[in-house]
Amino acid sequence: MLRYTAKQLLNIAVTLLAVSFLVFALNELTPIDVARKLLGPYATQDQVDILYKQMGLDRSLLARYWEYLANALSGNFGESNLYRRPVAEILWDRLGNTLVLAGICFAVIVPFSALLGVLAGMRERSFVDRAVSVFASVCASIPEFALGVFLLAIFVVGLGILPGTSPLSTSGGWPIWSQFVLPVAVVTLYDGGYLISMIRSSMVEVMRQPYIRTATLKGMPFRNVVVKHALRNALITPFTVILLQLNYLVSGLVVVEMVFAYPGFGRMMLEAALNKDIALVEAGALCAVSVTMLTQILGDLGYMALDPRIRV
Amino acid sequence: MVDILAFESVTIEHKGRGPVPNRILYDVSFSIRPGEALGLVGESGCGKSTIALATMRALPPGMKVTAGRILFQGQDVNLLSDGDLRRVRGNRAAMIYQDPMSSLNPVMTVGQQLIEVPMLHHGMDRGKAWKRAVTMLHEVRLPDCASMMARYPHQLSGGQQQRVVIAMALMAEPALLIMDEPTTGLDVTIEAAILELVRDLRAKFGAAVLFISHNLGTVARICDRVGVLYAGRLIETGTLGSVFRAPAHPYTRGLLAALPRLSLGRRGRLEPIEGTITVGDRARIGCALSPRCAFSQPQCDGAEIAMHPVGQDQEHVARCVRLDEIPARPVSLAAARPHVNDSDYDDVEVLLSVRELSKAYGLGGRFGGKGKGSIRAVDRVSLDARAGMTLAIVGESGCGKSTLAKVISGLTSASGGEALFRGVDIAGQSVDQRPDDLRRRIQMIFQNPDSTLNPSHSIEFALVRPLKRLRGMSRAEARDEVRRLIERVRLGSDVLACLPDQLSGGQRQRVAVARALAGNPDLLIADEPVSALDVSVQAAIVNLLSDILEQSHIGLAIISHDLALVRHMADWVAVMYLGKVVEYGPADQVFAPPFHPYTDALLAAAPEPDPDAGPPRVVLGGAMPSAAEEIRGCVFASRCPRKIGAICDEVVPPVRHFGKHTIVCHLDLRCGDDAHASRRIKADPAPGFSL
Repeated sequence: MLRYTAKQLLNIAVTLLAVSFLVFALNELTPIDVARKLLGPYATQDQVDILYKQMGLDRSLLARYWEYLANALSGNFGESNLYRRPVAEILWDRLGNTLVLAGICFAVIVPFSALLGVLAGMRERSFVDRAVSVFASVCASIPEFALGVFLLAIFVVGLGILPGTSPLSTSGGWPIWSQFVLPVAVVTLYDGGYLISMIRSSMVEVMRQPYIRTATLKGMPFRNVVVKHALRNALITPFTVILLQLNYLVSGLVVVEMVFAYPGFGRMMLEAALNKDIALVEAGALCAVSVTMLTQILGDLGYMALDPRIRV
Repeated sequence: MVDILAFESVTIEHKGRGPVPNRILYDVSFSIRPGEALGLVGESGCGKSTIALATMRALPPGMKVTAGRILFQGQDVNLLSDGDLRRVRGNRAAMIYQDPMSSLNPVMTVGQQLIEVPMLHHGMDRGKAWKRAVTMLHEVRLPDCASMMARYPHQLSGGQQQRVVIAMALMAEPALLIMDEPTTGLDVTIEAAILELVRDLRAKFGAAVLFISHNLGTVARICDRVGVLYAGRLIETGTLGSVFRAPAHPYTRGLLAALPRLSLGRRGRLEPIEGTITVGDRARIGCALSPRCAFSQPQCDGAEIAMHPVGQDQEHVARCVRLDEIPARPVSLAAARPHVNDSDYDDVEVLLSVRELSKAYGLGGRFGGKGKGSIRAVDRVSLDARAGMTLAIVGESGCGKSTLAKVISGLTSASGGEALFRGVDIAGQSVDQRPDDLRRRIQMIFQNPDSTLNPSHSIEFALVRPLKRLRGMSRAEARDEVRRLIERVRLGSDVLACLPDQLSGGQRQRVAVARALAGNPDLLIADEPVSALDVSVQAAIVNLLSDILEQSHIGLAIISHDLALVRHMADWVAVMYLGKVVEYGPADQVFAPPFHPYTDALLAAAPEPDPDAGPPRVVLGGAMPSAAEEIRGCVFASRCPRKIGAICDEVVPPVRHFGKHTIVCHLDLRCGDDAHASRRIKADPAPGFSL
């Protein structure tokens, strides 16, 4: 177990290194002139050239990467061109916001979809199963932005009981908690729809297993069969997928963040990439990769805990 | 006394897609008295598992009892309230299943699963239930019971898993035990041990048993009475002795005649039941067997047929109107093959000569590097396959027989030793390194025809391809040859256009044989070619293989765990255990004393459909050790009932020669030591039922 974790941590370090270089190199390929972008369309070519030199962009890619890496290792992630502030400041702020949103979503999505998925899957083709399946596929097939707009139309425009944007400040007159309701609802419905189908089909598969028949023919009430024998088995397969949702929740919420003007990590990354804010993109990418790799380890460990057949 | 279980003219139907429901069972009546064991035998699809599930009122969705009653201890199962039903299930009637691995919950320990039963039915607290479970594990003779309780099912061997399932069933001391193919999928020696256990437990706990199996031999070991099922009908019932000694229904007779038996030695041909069972047979009005029956007459069809008594015996009844007119059908003994003398083998060409062949798999090594030791799947094996003769490689799962076949056919390459095929060493060549001509000469027939024929290719395509690839035929030539091939395996050319799943299992296996013959091979390797097939179909495939051997000069290497089949087919036999050949020689000598202790145990364990067969003399305990273990002495030492002492564990046993027959054992078997033979191969040629 210890060896496994150590190995995985080493894996993360290597991957982070590779990713940091890749992002750096790929950034080079985008046809945006940073200096021009910063100075605006009315600057002269001379001014642009000077800034170009000042920023050290005339040096080779490797040299610049090396410098970046050395700084990053000592904790200095550079300064954002876009926001004119140290990267660390912006990053932690945005990442913090996103983690709050992601945490709430995750805490809602998992029990919500596990409950519905198990209820649907335990009696295949029953009324509950059909109803839940339809609900799940409808949720999963409406795009996030459309879902966001629908909910906005109902709760903000129609009923007026929730705020239309979530800037996480009380200046608009809405308490902070109320600003979370709609983003969380959109993410839960959209992502939950997918998870429900996953858990349902896993549950259906488990209910067909001979050991479920064994349990039933022991004389156990159906409830106990489901809770004691089926539940844990049904969660084994979707478990990895459930944890993968964490990645999505951290770095994939761009759309929701845009719709609700939520100051999150995804939006930050989008803006940074569009403005060729290399320092910010780099740091963001490294964060996203770390989250992915960590959830993977978490997934493996959890998998082992759930399924005694798998041991390192 | 009330019968424990009684079926009264039960009909079960499945609500299919069509307007008419499918008949699954029709007019099934039988009863089981307290303490009695009733065996139900029949081939796949005959409805035997449906009977088991109906008893527990656990029919799959869509199936319903539409006529008759199922009485458990006098109560109609289908009228019980849900609560009462739960008090029957697992408590008064318990079930043991075919595949123990999948019928145990993989994420719960053995103990957790066992204690549920008394906690549920007897309101025991955890501690008491735990104690009871440990006692029960003792009863099923599991070692180290306390630690066994904390293990997960996947940490046990197949035999141990089945013992746990049996213990679980016995936890509440039920009045009825339903066993649905409890030993199918287990190795012969494990099967024998489980059957012995069931016999003993029956005597001890006095439970009535409903024993369901396709294997007539296992039924003979357990049951007092037998019922034979065909196409959803019970066609014959009676005491074990009367049914097995004097089968009355043509199907029962056919079934018994189709079975290869150890006691019959080498016979020329088996007697298959022609044709196959079809879905339509279940819905037939009249005799379901009639389309396949040689004695069928117009009176057999048109009206449902009742059970008729056989002779004076009131208990023995059969569903056939022509019982008195059907001539007795003795087993044809004339067909026995002539005895082969030792010297006869000398002038037969040796096709394949395997010398000191080994195959080891690395364990746990990453990036192809050296790992934590290795598995010696095949360990310095030497044997010969001769033209026109059958070499059988027998042994239980994990003995390396399939790996050996894979090395010879090139699906994997050897890690040591050589395999000389007509003088050329092929041991190190995997199939893609072999020249086309060599590939053509060695062909394989696999166990499961369902999964080895591509389901989206027609039969014709599957046969034309090897002809073009291996024999360079043009399309027109190949088309003609395909027709010859399909005739050679006795199929009509109408199957050519079919897809594999439009054919029956037997037909598919014939296609597989035809495909193997397409290369016009010198050596055919058949890995368990009939073990996935029903008995009556098995016989026809076995006959087909013998015919092909007789007509051509092909050598056949057959891999099998079925000793009776091997006895019937083989000219040479190699008995393998844990990667090594422990006994090798001409079949008649291997199947006669002196025996290697393992061969002896295998022979004793093989279930024969003989009502007089007592319990096997030797029952092996334990399980085959892992091939990853380092074994310095004899591979069989850990389970050998005749182990001498430390020498067996520490010194590699010598190869003892008896003519052409070799045994690898420390025992000096030479000095008339055959007294230990557990079951002498019977000299009297008449099996129980020659009338």
